[in-house]
Amino acid sequence: MAKSDEIRYLTPPSFDLSKKKYCRFKKSGIKFIDYKDPNFLKKFLNEQGRILPRRVTGTSLKFQRKIAEAVKRSRNIALLPFVTDLMK
Amino acid sequence: MLNQYETVFILTPVLSEPQMKEAVQKFRNLIKDNGGEIVHEEEWGLKKLAYPIQKKTTGFYSLFEFKSDAKFIAKLETEFKRDERIIRFMTIKLDKYAIEYNIKRRTKGTEKQTKKNNKEE
Repeated sequence: MAKSDEIRYLTPPSFDLSKKKYCRFKKSGIKFIDYKDPNFLKKFLNEQGRILPRRVTGTSLKFQRKIAEAVKRSRNIALLPFVTDLMK
Repeated sequence: MLNQYETVFILTPVLSEPQMKEAVQKFRNLIKDNGGEIVHEEEWGLKKLAYPIQKKTTGFYSLFEFKSDAKFIAKLETEFKRDERIIRFMTIKLDKYAIEYNIKRRTKGTEKQTKKNNKEE
């Protein structure tokens, strides 16, 4: 019954509006990632406690490696879980 | 060659306060007697574990930051393994950034702790 084939949205879809991701460690000059601070490391984990990929967080490769190291150390001393549900 | 290390270990929650202090003292002496120099030490107290270890859900956390010979680490870790009161331990060699960070953290950390204590009151 629709006369026009056009698809109309209530709010126009916005592309190219998303902010560019950046590496927060490079930006704020953090050189050492502390494994003793689980609340900070939780920013780089998903709800199951897995490490988020770089393409999601925007971290540079250098610091992604350091995050991985810190998270694994933190898991070792039971500050972070290896697996869990609904961490946040 | 002296390196700077940091070791975190978890004691079983079954221990009483003096027993726990005695265990920490044992490792403090062990580091000192083997030519180590303790830079900093912390006690985080009884904390909940993220997952059960040896069927225990809580543990006493302690942290030592010290300078020592690389050969001593193996000795320290065998001592940790032999001690039944210790349920988990981890020793890490600190690089220059980590040392820098720890110095900053110490000055900040004292402020945080006092704040926390105030909140609890």
